[in-house]
Amino acid sequence: MLDAPPAPAGPWRRLLRNRTAVFALVVLAALVALALAAPYLTNAQPLRISPGIRLKPPRPQNWFGTDHLGRDMFALVLFGGRTSLLVGLVVTSIAMSVAIVLGLAAGFYRRVDLVLMRLVDGLMAFPSIVLATAAAGYLGPSVTTVIVALSIVLVAPVLRVVRGQILVLRELPMIEAARAVGVPDRRILSRYLLPAIMSPLLVQASFIFSAAVLGEAALSFIGLGVGARDVSWGSALAEARNYIQNAWWIVVFPGAALVLTILSLNLLGDALRDSLDPRLAGR
Amino acid sequence: MLRFLGQRLLLMIPTVVVPLVLVFLLLRLAPGDPAAQILGDQATPEQVATLRAEMGLDLPLPVQFVLWTKNVVTLKLGTSFFFKQPVVDLLPQYALVTLQTALAALFLAVALGSLLGVIAAINRDTIIDRGLVGIAVLGISLPEFWLALLLIFLFAVTLKWFPVSGYIPPTDGLLASAATIALPALALGIRQSALITRMMRSSMLDVLGEPYIVTARAQGLPEAVVIGRYAVRTAAIPVVTVAGLSASYLLSGAVSIELIFSLPGLGKLLIDAVARRDYPVVEGAVLLIALTLAALNLVIDIIYALLDPRVRLG
Repeated sequence: MLDAPPAPAGPWRRLLRNRTAVFALVVLAALVALALAAPYLTNAQPLRISPGIRLKPPRPQNWFGTDHLGRDMFALVLFGGRTSLLVGLVVTSIAMSVAIVLGLAAGFYRRVDLVLMRLVDGLMAFPSIVLATAAAGYLGPSVTTVIVALSIVLVAPVLRVVRGQILVLRELPMIEAARAVGVPDRRILSRYLLPAIMSPLLVQASFIFSAAVLGEAALSFIGLGVGARDVSWGSALAEARNYIQNAWWIVVFPGAALVLTILSLNLLGDALRDSLDPRLAGR
Repeated sequence: MLRFLGQRLLLMIPTVVVPLVLVFLLLRLAPGDPAAQILGDQATPEQVATLRAEMGLDLPLPVQFVLWTKNVVTLKLGTSFFFKQPVVDLLPQYALVTLQTALAALFLAVALGSLLGVIAAINRDTIIDRGLVGIAVLGISLPEFWLALLLIFLFAVTLKWFPVSGYIPPTDGLLASAATIALPALALGIRQSALITRMMRSSMLDVLGEPYIVTARAQGLPEAVVIGRYAVRTAAIPVVTVAGLSASYLLSGAVSIELIFSLPGLGKLLIDAVARRDYPVVEGAVLLIALTLAALNLVIDIIYALLDPRVRLG
Protein backbone atom coordinates (compact mmCIF):
# COMPACT_ATOMS: atom_id res chain seq x y z
CA MET A 1 0.00 0.00 0.00
CA LEU A 2 1.30 3.38 -0.90
CA ASP A 3 1.16 6.34 1.42
CA ALA A 4 0.45 9.70 -0.04
CA PRO A 5 3.70 11.66 -0.38
CA PRO A 6 4.08 13.79 2.74
CA ALA A 7 3.51 17.48 2.28
CA PRO A 8 6.76 19.44 2.48
CA ALA A 9 7.17 20.07 6.20
CA GLY A 10 8.69 23.08 7.88
CA PRO A 11 11.62 22.59 10.23
CA TRP A 12 9.42 22.65 13.35
CA ARG A 13 7.02 20.09 12.00
CA ARG A 14 10.01 17.92 11.05
CA LEU A 15 11.38 18.31 14.56
CA LEU A 16 8.14 17.16 16.14
CA ARG A 17 8.00 14.16 13.81
CA ASN A 18 11.38 13.06 15.09
CA ARG A 19 10.76 10.63 17.95
CA THR A 20 14.15 11.27 19.55
CA ALA A 21 13.55 15.00 19.54
CA VAL A 22 10.15 14.59 21.17
CA PHE A 23 11.67 12.30 23.79
CA ALA A 24 14.42 14.83 24.51
CA LEU A 25 11.94 17.71 24.74
CA VAL A 26 9.68 15.77 27.09
CA VAL A 27 12.60 14.83 29.35
CA LEU A 28 13.86 18.41 29.40
CA ALA A 29 10.40 19.77 30.16
CA ALA A 30 10.10 17.25 33.00
CA LEU A 31 13.53 18.24 34.37
CA VAL A 32 12.60 21.92 34.29
CA ALA A 33 9.26 21.19 35.96
CA LEU A 34 10.94 19.11 38.68
CA ALA A 35 13.52 21.81 39.32
CA LEU A 36 10.87 24.54 39.53
CA ALA A 37 8.58 22.47 41.73
CA ALA A 38 11.39 21.17 43.96
CA PRO A 39 10.19 22.86 47.20
CA TYR A 40 6.70 21.37 46.72
CA LEU A 41 7.90 17.86 45.97
CA THR A 42 9.88 17.25 49.13
CA ASN A 43 9.77 18.47 52.68
CA ALA A 44 13.47 17.76 53.15
CA GLN A 45 15.99 20.59 53.00
CA PRO A 46 18.73 19.53 50.58
CA LEU A 47 21.55 20.66 52.87
CA ARG A 48 20.09 19.82 56.29
CA ILE A 49 22.42 17.51 58.16
CA SER A 50 20.84 14.65 60.14
CA PRO A 51 23.56 12.59 61.82
CA GLY A 52 21.00 10.02 62.96
CA ILE A 53 20.27 8.78 59.43
CA ARG A 54 23.71 8.68 57.83
CA LEU A 55 24.21 6.59 54.67
CA LYS A 56 20.72 5.08 54.65
CA PRO A 57 19.87 3.19 51.44
CA PRO A 58 16.77 4.24 49.48
CA ARG A 59 13.63 3.80 51.61
CA PRO A 60 10.13 5.33 51.80
CA GLN A 61 11.29 8.34 53.89
CA ASN A 62 14.31 8.96 51.63
CA TRP A 63 13.57 7.78 48.11
CA PHE A 64 17.18 8.18 46.96
CA GLY A 65 18.73 7.33 50.36
CA THR A 66 20.87 9.67 52.44
CA ASP A 67 24.53 10.68 52.22
CA HIS A 68 27.34 10.57 54.79
CA LEU A 69 25.90 13.62 56.59
CA GLY A 70 22.36 12.25 56.62
CA ARG A 71 21.20 14.66 53.91
CA ASP A 72 18.26 13.53 51.79
CA MET A 73 19.58 12.63 48.33
CA PHE A 74 16.17 13.07 46.68
CA ALA A 75 16.05 16.70 47.80
CA LEU A 76 19.71 17.11 46.81
CA VAL A 77 19.05 15.82 43.29
CA LEU A 78 15.93 17.97 42.87
CA PHE A 79 17.54 21.17 44.09
CA GLY A 80 20.79 20.35 42.28
CA GLY A 81 18.78 20.46 39.07
CA ARG A 82 17.95 24.09 39.78
CA THR A 83 21.65 24.96 39.90
CA SER A 84 22.46 22.99 36.75
CA LEU A 85 19.63 24.44 34.70
CA LEU A 86 20.20 27.98 35.97
CA VAL A 87 23.91 27.85 35.12
CA GLY A 88 23.10 26.27 31.74
CA LEU A 89 20.54 28.91 30.86
CA VAL A 90 22.58 31.94 31.91
CA VAL A 91 25.88 30.71 30.45
CA THR A 92 24.19 29.85 27.14
CA SER A 93 22.59 33.29 26.92
CA ILE A 94 25.82 35.14 27.73
CA ALA A 95 28.12 33.01 25.58
CA MET A 96 25.76 33.06 22.61
CA SER A 97 25.17 36.84 22.72
CA VAL A 98 28.85 37.69 23.00
CA ALA A 99 29.80 35.14 20.34
CA ILE A 100 27.14 36.44 17.93
CA VAL A 101 28.30 40.07 18.19
CA LEU A 102 32.01 39.25 17.97
CA GLY A 103 31.50 36.52 15.37
CA LEU A 104 29.49 38.82 13.08
CA ALA A 105 32.21 41.44 13.39
CA ALA A 106 35.02 38.96 12.77
CA GLY A 107 33.31 37.33 9.81
CA PHE A 108 32.42 40.64 8.20
CA TYR A 109 35.47 42.81 8.80
CA ARG A 110 38.80 41.25 7.89
CA ARG A 111 40.85 43.40 10.26
CA VAL A 112 38.74 42.51 13.27
CA ASP A 113 38.96 38.91 12.15
CA LEU A 114 42.74 38.84 12.14
CA VAL A 115 43.10 40.13 15.70
CA LEU A 116 40.08 38.44 17.22
CA MET A 117 40.72 34.98 15.85
CA ARG A 118 44.32 34.96 17.07
CA LEU A 119 42.99 35.90 20.51
CA VAL A 120 40.48 33.08 20.29
CA ASP A 121 43.22 30.63 19.28
CA GLY A 122 45.20 31.72 22.30
CA LEU A 123 42.23 31.52 24.62
CA MET A 124 41.52 27.99 23.47
CA ALA A 125 45.09 26.96 24.33
CA PHE A 126 44.69 28.37 27.83
CA PRO A 127 43.90 25.81 30.53
CA SER A 128 40.34 26.56 31.67
CA ILE A 129 41.24 25.36 35.15
CA VAL A 130 43.53 28.34 35.66
CA LEU A 131 40.77 30.62 34.47
CA ALA A 132 38.26 29.01 36.82
CA THR A 133 40.65 29.22 39.76
CA ALA A 134 41.38 32.86 39.04
CA ALA A 135 37.66 33.60 38.82
CA ALA A 136 37.14 31.80 42.14
CA GLY A 137 39.99 33.91 43.58
CA TYR A 138 38.34 37.19 42.58
CA LEU A 139 34.73 36.37 43.25
CA GLY A 140 34.84 33.55 45.79
CA PRO A 141 33.21 30.19 45.11
CA SER A 142 29.63 30.82 43.98
CA VAL A 143 27.18 30.19 41.19
CA THR A 144 28.12 33.58 39.70
CA THR A 145 31.79 32.58 39.58
CA VAL A 146 30.94 29.39 37.72
CA ILE A 147 28.78 31.35 35.28
CA VAL A 148 31.56 33.87 34.58
CA ALA A 149 34.25 31.22 34.08
CA LEU A 150 32.11 28.99 31.84
CA SER A 151 30.83 31.91 29.76
CA ILE A 152 34.40 32.97 28.96
CA VAL A 153 35.42 29.42 28.06
CA LEU A 154 32.35 28.69 25.92
CA VAL A 155 32.35 31.92 23.88
CA ALA A 156 35.30 30.75 21.78
CA PRO A 157 33.78 27.66 20.11
CA VAL A 158 30.51 29.47 19.22
CA LEU A 159 32.44 32.46 17.94
CA ARG A 160 34.28 30.17 15.53
CA VAL A 161 31.02 28.73 14.22
CA VAL A 162 29.41 32.16 13.74
CA ARG A 163 32.48 33.53 12.00
CA GLY A 164 32.74 30.49 9.73
CA GLN A 165 29.11 30.88 8.66
CA ILE A 166 29.48 34.61 8.00
CA LEU A 167 32.63 34.10 5.93
CA VAL A 168 30.60 31.92 3.56
CA LEU A 169 27.42 33.99 3.60
CA ARG A 170 29.03 37.36 2.96
CA GLU A 171 30.13 36.16 -0.48
CA LEU A 172 26.53 35.44 -1.53
CA PRO A 173 25.12 37.50 -4.43
CA MET A 174 22.33 38.81 -2.18
CA ILE A 175 24.88 40.47 0.09
CA GLU A 176 26.78 41.86 -2.86
CA ALA A 177 23.50 43.22 -4.21
CA ALA A 178 22.61 44.77 -0.87
CA ARG A 179 25.99 46.47 -0.79
CA ALA A 180 25.68 47.66 -4.35
CA VAL A 181 22.43 49.46 -3.61
CA GLY A 182 23.99 51.07 -0.55
CA VAL A 183 22.49 49.17 2.37
CA PRO A 184 24.51 50.14 5.45
CA ASP A 185 26.69 47.46 7.10
CA ARG A 186 24.68 47.41 10.28
CA ARG A 187 21.53 46.63 8.36
CA ILE A 188 23.25 43.93 6.30
CA LEU A 189 24.46 42.33 9.52
CA SER A 190 21.19 42.48 11.38
CA ARG A 191 18.65 41.96 8.59
CA TYR A 192 20.46 39.64 6.18
CA LEU A 193 23.24 37.78 7.95
CA LEU A 194 21.92 37.29 11.47
CA PRO A 195 18.64 35.65 10.40
CA ALA A 196 20.57 33.39 8.03
CA ILE A 197 22.66 31.94 10.83
CA MET A 198 19.80 31.41 13.27
CA SER A 199 19.47 27.68 12.57
CA PRO A 200 23.11 26.74 13.21
CA LEU A 201 23.00 29.01 16.27
CA LEU A 202 20.01 27.17 17.68
CA VAL A 203 21.91 23.90 17.28
CA GLN A 204 24.95 25.44 18.95
CA ALA A 205 22.81 26.73 21.80
CA SER A 206 21.69 23.24 22.78
CA PHE A 207 25.26 21.94 22.69
CA ILE A 208 26.54 24.94 24.67
CA PHE A 209 23.77 24.39 27.21
CA SER A 210 24.89 20.79 27.61
CA ALA A 211 28.54 21.83 27.86
CA ALA A 212 27.64 24.38 30.55
CA VAL A 213 25.74 21.82 32.62
CA LEU A 214 28.68 19.44 32.30
CA GLY A 215 31.14 22.24 33.07
CA GLU A 216 29.33 23.30 36.24
CA ALA A 217 29.29 19.72 37.51
CA ALA A 218 32.97 19.22 36.64
CA LEU A 219 34.08 22.45 38.32
CA SER A 220 32.01 21.72 41.42
CA PHE A 221 33.39 18.18 41.44
CA ILE A 222 36.99 19.41 41.66
CA GLY A 223 36.05 22.04 44.25
CA LEU A 224 36.25 25.09 41.95
CA GLY A 225 32.54 25.40 41.44
CA VAL A 226 29.61 26.54 43.53
CA GLY A 227 30.02 27.39 47.20
CA ALA A 228 29.32 25.17 50.18
CA ARG A 229 25.82 26.62 50.58
CA ASP A 230 24.79 25.80 47.03
CA VAL A 231 23.42 22.44 45.99
CA SER A 232 25.11 20.88 42.97
CA TRP A 233 25.19 17.41 41.43
CA GLY A 234 28.91 17.87 40.89
CA SER A 235 29.76 18.65 44.50
CA ALA A 236 27.45 15.83 45.68
CA LEU A 237 29.45 13.44 43.50
CA ALA A 238 32.73 14.79 44.85
CA GLU A 239 31.73 13.74 48.34
CA ALA A 240 30.31 10.45 47.09
CA ARG A 241 33.83 9.47 45.97
CA ASN A 242 34.77 8.35 49.46
CA TYR A 243 31.66 6.21 50.00
CA ILE A 244 31.60 4.44 46.69
CA GLN A 245 32.24 1.06 48.30
CA ASN A 246 29.24 1.04 50.64
CA ALA A 247 26.73 3.58 49.35
CA TRP A 248 26.10 3.24 45.61
CA TRP A 249 23.05 5.51 45.79
CA ILE A 250 25.08 8.66 46.48
CA VAL A 251 27.03 8.03 43.28
CA VAL A 252 24.22 6.77 41.07
CA PHE A 253 21.37 9.25 41.59
CA PRO A 254 23.11 12.63 41.10
CA GLY A 255 25.17 11.12 38.25
CA ALA A 256 22.12 9.69 36.51
CA ALA A 257 20.33 13.04 36.78
CA LEU A 258 23.38 14.72 35.25
CA VAL A 259 23.64 12.20 32.41
CA LEU A 260 19.92 12.43 31.67
CA THR A 261 20.12 16.23 31.41
CA ILE A 262 23.21 16.25 29.20
CA LEU A 263 21.94 13.37 27.06
CA SER A 264 18.60 14.99 26.32
CA LEU A 265 20.30 18.29 25.43
CA ASN A 266 22.67 16.48 23.07
CA LEU A 267 19.83 14.51 21.50
CA LEU A 268 17.89 17.74 21.04
CA GLY A 269 20.92 19.34 19.40
CA ASP A 270 21.31 16.45 16.98
CA ALA A 271 17.60 16.47 16.16
CA LEU A 272 17.58 20.25 15.65
CA ARG A 273 20.51 19.96 13.28
CA ASP A 274 18.76 17.25 11.28
CA SER A 275 15.47 19.09 11.00
CA LEU A 276 16.91 22.54 10.33
CA ASP A 277 19.28 21.23 7.69
CA PRO A 278 17.69 18.15 6.09
CA ARG A 279 20.78 17.58 3.96
CA LEU A 280 22.55 16.51 7.14
CA ALA A 281 19.74 14.25 8.38
CA GLY A 282 21.07 10.99 9.70
CA ARG A 283 24.65 12.06 9.38
CA MET B 1 56.90 22.85 2.28
CA LEU B 2 59.21 25.35 3.96
CA ARG B 3 56.86 28.21 3.28
CA PHE B 4 53.99 26.17 4.66
CA LEU B 5 55.95 25.43 7.82
CA GLY B 6 57.00 29.07 8.18
CA GLN B 7 53.41 30.27 7.88
CA ARG B 8 52.26 27.71 10.41
CA LEU B 9 54.99 28.68 12.85
CA LEU B 10 53.96 32.34 12.60
CA LEU B 11 50.37 31.40 13.33
CA MET B 12 51.56 29.45 16.37
CA ILE B 13 52.94 32.56 18.07
CA PRO B 14 49.62 33.89 19.38
CA THR B 15 48.54 30.48 20.64
CA VAL B 16 51.61 30.51 22.88
CA VAL B 17 51.83 34.20 23.73
CA VAL B 18 48.17 34.84 24.58
CA PRO B 19 47.97 32.12 27.26
CA LEU B 20 51.24 33.29 28.80
CA VAL B 21 50.22 36.93 29.03
CA LEU B 22 46.85 35.84 30.35
CA VAL B 23 48.38 33.69 33.07
CA PHE B 24 50.81 36.44 34.05
CA LEU B 25 48.00 38.95 34.48
CA LEU B 26 45.54 36.56 36.13
CA LEU B 27 48.06 35.44 38.73
CA ARG B 28 49.25 38.89 39.62
CA LEU B 29 45.89 40.58 39.63
CA ALA B 30 44.13 37.81 41.54
CA PRO B 31 43.98 38.17 45.31
CA GLY B 32 46.42 36.09 47.30
CA ASP B 33 50.07 36.79 48.05
CA PRO B 34 52.60 34.02 47.46
CA ALA B 35 54.97 35.44 50.08
CA ALA B 36 52.28 35.31 52.76
CA GLN B 37 51.33 31.84 51.54
CA ILE B 38 54.91 30.55 51.88
CA LEU B 39 55.55 32.05 55.30
CA GLY B 40 52.26 30.92 56.81
CA ASP B 41 50.04 32.51 59.45
CA GLN B 42 52.83 33.21 61.96
CA ALA B 43 54.76 35.63 59.70
CA THR B 44 55.03 39.32 60.60
CA PRO B 45 54.18 41.89 57.90
CA GLU B 46 57.90 42.84 57.79
CA GLN B 47 58.95 39.26 56.99
CA VAL B 48 56.33 39.09 54.23
CA ALA B 49 57.54 42.41 52.80
CA THR B 50 61.16 41.22 52.79
CA LEU B 51 60.27 38.01 51.00
CA ARG B 52 58.13 39.91 48.50
CA ALA B 53 61.12 42.10 47.72
CA GLU B 54 63.37 39.04 47.31
CA MET B 55 60.88 37.49 44.92
CA GLY B 56 60.59 40.74 42.96
CA LEU B 57 56.88 40.99 43.70
CA ASP B 58 57.15 44.57 44.99
CA LEU B 59 58.20 45.92 41.60
CA PRO B 60 55.64 47.72 39.44
CA LEU B 61 53.66 45.36 37.22
CA PRO B 62 55.13 46.53 33.88
CA VAL B 63 58.68 46.02 35.23
CA GLN B 64 57.75 42.56 36.48
CA PHE B 65 56.32 41.81 33.05
CA VAL B 66 59.51 42.79 31.23
CA LEU B 67 61.70 40.75 33.59
CA TRP B 68 59.34 37.82 33.35
CA THR B 69 59.22 37.96 29.54
CA LYS B 70 63.02 37.91 29.44
CA ASN B 71 63.05 34.80 31.61
CA VAL B 72 60.39 33.00 29.60
CA VAL B 73 62.15 33.67 26.31
CA THR B 74 65.43 32.34 27.71
CA LEU B 75 63.49 29.43 29.28
CA LYS B 76 64.56 30.44 32.78
CA LEU B 77 61.39 29.25 34.40
CA GLY B 78 62.60 29.84 37.93
CA THR B 79 62.32 27.77 41.07
CA SER B 80 59.08 26.50 42.54
CA PHE B 81 58.11 28.43 45.68
CA PHE B 82 56.63 25.25 47.14
CA PHE B 83 58.89 22.39 46.00
CA LYS B 84 62.09 24.49 46.15
CA GLN B 85 63.07 22.78 42.90
CA PRO B 86 63.74 24.29 39.48
CA VAL B 87 60.53 24.22 37.44
CA VAL B 88 62.49 22.80 34.51
CA ASP B 89 63.27 19.68 36.58
CA LEU B 90 59.80 19.47 38.06
CA LEU B 91 57.66 19.61 34.92
CA PRO B 92 58.91 16.51 33.06
CA GLN B 93 57.96 14.03 35.78
CA TYR B 94 54.39 15.36 35.90
CA ALA B 95 54.17 15.72 32.14
CA LEU B 96 55.17 12.08 31.74
CA VAL B 97 52.15 10.89 33.74
CA THR B 98 49.79 13.01 31.68
CA LEU B 99 51.48 11.94 28.45
CA GLN B 100 51.22 8.26 29.35
CA THR B 101 47.53 8.50 30.24
CA ALA B 102 46.72 10.71 27.26
CA LEU B 103 48.40 8.38 24.77
CA ALA B 104 46.60 5.32 26.16
CA ALA B 105 43.26 7.15 26.08
CA LEU B 106 43.92 8.49 22.59
CA PHE B 107 44.86 5.07 21.25
CA LEU B 108 41.65 3.62 22.66
CA ALA B 109 39.62 6.53 21.30
CA VAL B 110 41.01 6.39 17.77
CA ALA B 111 41.03 2.60 17.45
CA LEU B 112 37.60 1.97 18.94
CA GLY B 113 36.03 5.14 17.54
CA SER B 114 37.19 4.56 13.95
CA LEU B 115 36.18 0.91 14.02
CA LEU B 116 32.69 1.56 15.39
CA GLY B 117 32.23 4.53 13.05
CA VAL B 118 33.06 2.44 9.98
CA ILE B 119 30.83 -0.42 11.17
CA ALA B 120 27.93 1.96 11.73
CA ALA B 121 28.36 3.58 8.30
CA ILE B 122 28.49 0.35 6.29
CA ASN B 123 25.40 -0.86 8.12
CA ARG B 124 23.59 2.42 7.60
CA ASP B 125 20.02 2.59 8.95
CA THR B 126 20.12 -0.98 10.22
CA ILE B 127 19.70 -1.88 13.86
CA ILE B 128 23.51 -2.06 14.21
CA ASP B 129 23.85 1.52 13.00
CA ARG B 130 21.04 2.79 15.24
CA GLY B 131 22.49 0.97 18.24
CA LEU B 132 25.97 2.39 17.67
CA VAL B 133 24.63 5.91 17.11
CA GLY B 134 22.70 5.59 20.37
CA ILE B 135 25.72 4.31 22.28
CA ALA B 136 27.84 7.13 20.85
CA VAL B 137 25.45 9.88 21.93
CA LEU B 138 25.27 8.29 25.37
CA GLY B 139 29.07 8.15 25.36
CA ILE B 140 29.48 11.87 24.69
CA SER B 141 26.94 12.59 27.43
CA LEU B 142 28.78 10.69 30.18
CA PRO B 143 30.79 13.00 32.43
CA GLU B 144 34.28 11.55 32.74
CA PHE B 145 34.43 11.90 36.49
CA TRP B 146 31.17 10.00 36.94
CA LEU B 147 32.25 7.30 34.53
CA ALA B 148 35.50 7.07 36.51
CA LEU B 149 33.58 6.47 39.74
CA LEU B 150 31.52 3.72 38.09
CA LEU B 151 34.66 2.12 36.63
CA ILE B 152 36.33 2.17 40.05
CA PHE B 153 33.27 0.54 41.58
CA LEU B 154 33.16 -2.17 38.92
CA PHE B 155 36.81 -2.92 38.11
CA ALA B 156 38.65 -1.88 41.24
CA VAL B 157 36.27 -2.40 44.17
CA THR B 158 34.17 -5.34 42.95
CA LEU B 159 36.40 -7.24 40.51
CA LYS B 160 39.72 -6.02 41.96
CA TRP B 161 41.40 -6.12 38.52
CA PHE B 162 42.99 -2.70 38.87
CA PRO B 163 44.09 -0.54 41.80
CA VAL B 164 41.53 2.00 43.06
CA SER B 165 44.01 4.86 42.72
CA GLY B 166 47.69 5.72 42.82
CA TYR B 167 50.43 5.79 40.22
CA ILE B 168 53.47 3.63 39.52
CA PRO B 169 56.02 5.05 37.06
CA PRO B 170 57.02 2.83 34.12
CA THR B 171 60.55 2.60 35.53
CA ASP B 172 59.14 0.54 38.43
CA GLY B 173 57.62 -2.09 36.18
CA LEU B 174 55.80 -1.58 32.89
CA LEU B 175 52.87 -3.83 33.68
CA ALA B 176 52.26 -2.38 37.14
CA SER B 177 52.46 1.09 35.62
CA ALA B 178 50.00 0.19 32.89
CA ALA B 179 47.58 -1.15 35.53
CA THR B 180 47.57 2.19 37.32
CA ILE B 181 46.68 4.15 34.20
CA ALA B 182 44.22 1.62 32.73
CA LEU B 183 41.10 2.95 34.42
CA PRO B 184 41.99 6.65 33.98
CA ALA B 185 42.66 6.01 30.29
CA LEU B 186 39.37 4.13 29.96
CA ALA B 187 37.43 6.91 31.73
CA LEU B 188 38.99 9.50 29.42
CA GLY B 189 39.01 7.43 26.24
CA ILE B 190 35.36 6.39 26.15
CA ARG B 191 33.97 9.89 25.64
CA GLN B 192 36.62 10.71 23.04
CA SER B 193 35.97 7.45 21.20
CA ALA B 194 32.25 8.30 21.08
CA LEU B 195 33.14 11.65 19.48
CA ILE B 196 35.34 9.90 16.92
CA THR B 197 32.66 7.28 16.21
CA ARG B 198 30.20 10.03 15.29
CA MET B 199 32.70 11.84 13.07
CA MET B 200 33.91 8.66 11.38
CA ARG B 201 30.37 7.50 10.67
CA SER B 202 29.23 10.75 9.09
CA SER B 203 32.47 11.12 7.16
CA MET B 204 32.18 7.54 5.83
CA LEU B 205 28.58 8.19 4.76
CA ASP B 206 29.77 11.19 2.74
CA VAL B 207 32.56 9.24 1.12
CA LEU B 208 30.46 6.15 0.33
CA GLY B 209 28.23 8.37 -1.81
CA GLU B 210 31.17 9.59 -3.93
CA PRO B 211 31.33 8.61 -7.59
CA TYR B 212 34.77 7.05 -7.21
CA ILE B 213 33.38 4.49 -4.76
CA VAL B 214 30.61 3.64 -7.23
CA THR B 215 33.27 3.21 -9.91
CA ALA B 216 35.38 1.00 -7.68
CA ARG B 217 32.37 -1.19 -6.96
CA ALA B 218 31.35 -1.26 -10.63
CA GLN B 219 34.79 -2.55 -11.51
CA GLY B 220 34.05 -5.49 -9.28
CA LEU B 221 36.52 -4.76 -6.51
CA PRO B 222 35.76 -6.74 -3.38
CA GLU B 223 33.82 -4.70 -0.81
CA ALA B 224 36.62 -5.11 1.73
CA VAL B 225 39.06 -3.39 -0.65
CA VAL B 226 36.58 -0.64 -1.51
CA ILE B 227 35.98 0.11 2.15
CA GLY B 228 39.41 -0.65 3.57
CA ARG B 229 41.63 0.82 0.88
CA TYR B 230 39.57 3.58 -0.71
CA ALA B 231 36.78 4.76 1.54
CA VAL B 232 38.40 4.73 4.99
CA ARG B 233 41.47 6.62 3.86
CA THR B 234 39.43 9.55 2.58
CA ALA B 235 36.96 9.38 5.44
CA ALA B 236 39.81 9.58 7.94
CA ILE B 237 40.67 13.17 6.94
CA PRO B 238 38.00 15.00 8.96
CA VAL B 239 38.47 12.45 11.74
CA VAL B 240 42.05 13.68 12.13
CA THR B 241 40.68 17.07 13.20
CA VAL B 242 38.48 15.53 15.87
CA ALA B 243 41.29 13.25 17.05
CA GLY B 244 43.51 16.34 17.26
CA LEU B 245 40.98 18.08 19.46
CA SER B 246 40.86 14.97 21.64
CA ALA B 247 44.64 14.92 21.86
CA SER B 248 44.85 18.58 22.86
CA TYR B 249 42.18 18.04 25.49
CA LEU B 250 43.90 14.96 26.90
CA LEU B 251 47.41 16.45 26.87
CA SER B 252 46.30 19.51 28.87
CA GLY B 253 45.78 17.22 31.85
CA ALA B 254 42.26 16.19 32.89
CA VAL B 255 42.09 17.53 36.43
CA SER B 256 39.05 15.59 37.67
CA ILE B 257 40.45 12.25 36.52
CA GLU B 258 43.89 12.96 37.97
CA LEU B 259 42.26 13.89 41.28
CA ILE B 260 40.05 10.79 41.42
CA PHE B 261 42.90 8.40 40.65
CA SER B 262 45.58 10.37 42.55
CA LEU B 263 47.68 10.64 39.40
CA PRO B 264 50.53 13.16 39.74
CA GLY B 265 49.94 14.67 36.30
CA LEU B 266 49.97 18.16 34.79
CA GLY B 267 46.36 18.91 35.71
CA LYS B 268 46.92 18.06 39.36
CA LEU B 269 50.19 20.01 39.41
CA LEU B 270 48.50 23.03 37.87
CA ILE B 271 45.50 23.13 40.19
CA ASP B 272 47.69 22.65 43.28
CA ALA B 273 50.15 25.28 42.10
CA VAL B 274 47.38 27.81 41.52
CA ALA B 275 46.02 27.14 45.00
CA ARG B 276 49.51 27.59 46.48
CA ARG B 277 50.17 30.73 44.42
CA ASP B 278 53.26 28.97 43.11
CA TYR B 279 53.67 31.36 40.16
CA PRO B 280 56.74 29.79 38.51
CA VAL B 281 55.09 26.36 38.40
CA VAL B 282 51.79 27.72 37.04
CA GLU B 283 53.60 29.72 34.37
CA GLY B 284 55.87 26.83 33.47
CA ALA B 285 52.96 24.42 33.19
CA VAL B 286 50.91 26.84 31.09
CA LEU B 287 53.92 27.42 28.81
CA LEU B 288 54.42 23.67 28.43
CA ILE B 289 50.74 23.08 27.65
CA ALA B 290 50.58 25.97 25.18
CA LEU B 291 53.73 24.78 23.39
CA THR B 292 52.41 21.22 23.27
CA LEU B 293 49.11 22.33 21.77
CA ALA B 294 50.87 24.52 19.23
CA ALA B 295 53.15 21.66 18.19
CA LEU B 296 50.16 19.33 18.04
CA ASN B 297 48.30 21.68 15.69
CA LEU B 298 51.32 21.73 13.43
CA VAL B 299 51.46 17.92 13.39
CA ILE B 300 47.75 17.75 12.55
CA ASP B 301 48.18 20.16 9.65
CA ILE B 302 50.99 18.00 8.31
CA ILE B 303 49.00 14.76 8.69
CA TYR B 304 46.13 16.49 6.94
CA ALA B 305 48.30 17.41 4.02
CA LEU B 306 49.72 13.91 3.81
CA LEU B 307 46.28 12.27 3.83
CA ASP B 308 44.57 14.66 1.46
CA PRO B 309 46.36 15.36 -1.80
CA ARG B 310 43.99 18.27 -2.39
CA VAL B 311 45.57 20.19 0.50
CA ARG B 312 48.59 21.86 -0.95
CA LEU B 313 51.50 22.92 1.19
CA GLY B 314 52.36 26.51 0.57
